[in-house]
Amino acid sequence: MLSAKDLACTRGDRLLFTQVNFQLHPGGLLYVLGENGSGKSSLLRILCGLSPPEQGSVMWNGEDIRRHADAYRAELLYIGHLNALKDDLSAAENLRISSCVTGHDDGADRVRAALHAVRLARCADLPVRNLSQGQKRRVALASLWLSQARLWILDEPYSALDAAAIDLMAARIGEHLASGGMAVLTTHQEVAIPAAGIQELRLTP
Amino acid sequence: MSGALAAVVRRDILLALRRRSDVATTLFFFVIVASLFPLGVGPEPAMLRTLAPGVLWVAALLACMLSLTRLFAADYADGTLEQMVLAPQSLTLLVLGKVFAHWLVAGLPVVLLAPVLGLQYAMPNEALLVLALSLLLGTPALSLVGAIGAALTLGVRGSGLLVALLVLPLYVPVLIFGAGAVAASQSGLSAEAYLSLLGACSLLALALAPWATAVALRIAVE
Repeated sequence: MLSAKDLACTRGDRLLFTQVNFQLHPGGLLYVLGENGSGKSSLLRILCGLSPPEQGSVMWNGEDIRRHADAYRAELLYIGHLNALKDDLSAAENLRISSCVTGHDDGADRVRAALHAVRLARCADLPVRNLSQGQKRRVALASLWLSQARLWILDEPYSALDAAAIDLMAARIGEHLASGGMAVLTTHQEVAIPAAGIQELRLTP
Repeated sequence: MSGALAAVVRRDILLALRRRSDVATTLFFFVIVASLFPLGVGPEPAMLRTLAPGVLWVAALLACMLSLTRLFAADYADGTLEQMVLAPQSLTLLVLGKVFAHWLVAGLPVVLLAPVLGLQYAMPNEALLVLALSLLLGTPALSLVGAIGAALTLGVRGSGLLVALLVLPLYVPVLIFGAGAVAASQSGLSAEAYLSLLGACSLLALALAPWATAVALRIAVE
């Protein structure tokens, strides 16, 4: 279970948000809403433990994530604005190596299957620099098919994707929730994700 | 755990192989600096021999520093660094992998090339061997300490100059012991003490630098 208590965040001397509280239970989905610059990405980075909050704390199963960082990171998948792909490596190499870096070595077959799932099987061996923006995003999101993490934190996962790919991702997120996973995401598109418990969190200063 | 370390090393080596020009720039710099000195100073063997240890070591040191700004910059820009910070593996270990790959790409070729370049300075065979050995023991310290500087200046404008200012003072002991070892061997003395001190520098850097670099990287991605 992920919970946030009285989170506050500042950028420079501007207050982005205060008093953010929520509890996310297994199977739950949290939409973070707000205008551009309202601090959605900053909130997600705080939830990952990349940045410290100005105030308040983030708890994973009742423990502060900054104190039990290693255990928390093992259950976390974060996909940010940046795709974390190397232009000079192929899509398959990128996924294979990043899965090794995060500690669970997915074999070549699983990586191929994940790329097949995002409809990129034909581009698996092309250098990522030759792919379009949307295809790069799909390679990054192929880790949704590889990850064993229980908590997914996704920052604008649908950016640059076409309608078919968006449905694909939404369905995958739905599957993850149905199997007891949790997800936090920001998006500007209205996409229906089948989930038992959907919460919305609107960020206001 | 060792799988993650190997993956980081593999990724950086693969990237270096696919962008050979980056690696070649560093080595080219080393070769050019080391080759221009004998041409400028003149053919007097005794003078060249006196200059050799200092010139070759300074060239190696600057070549190593040239590639430092690239150590984490690309990972920072494309988001790979965020993923490394969030990996369940210890960041210190992953940093060690990055530094090892940097040494393989920037340090090891310098070690192998130096004796060949030393021939231009009329160095005796024994001194050439000591030169290679001193670089082999000293360049790991250059990569390790340099990584701290590279991590501290991530995302800062004009980071190249800043890295030099931060890191060069820390390189001074390595330079003194390295050039000292070669000079001692040329004047017929034992280089053992210098080489031991170089090894000690590298070991100390190995113990502290990856940890310090990891802390600096965590601050950089905040």
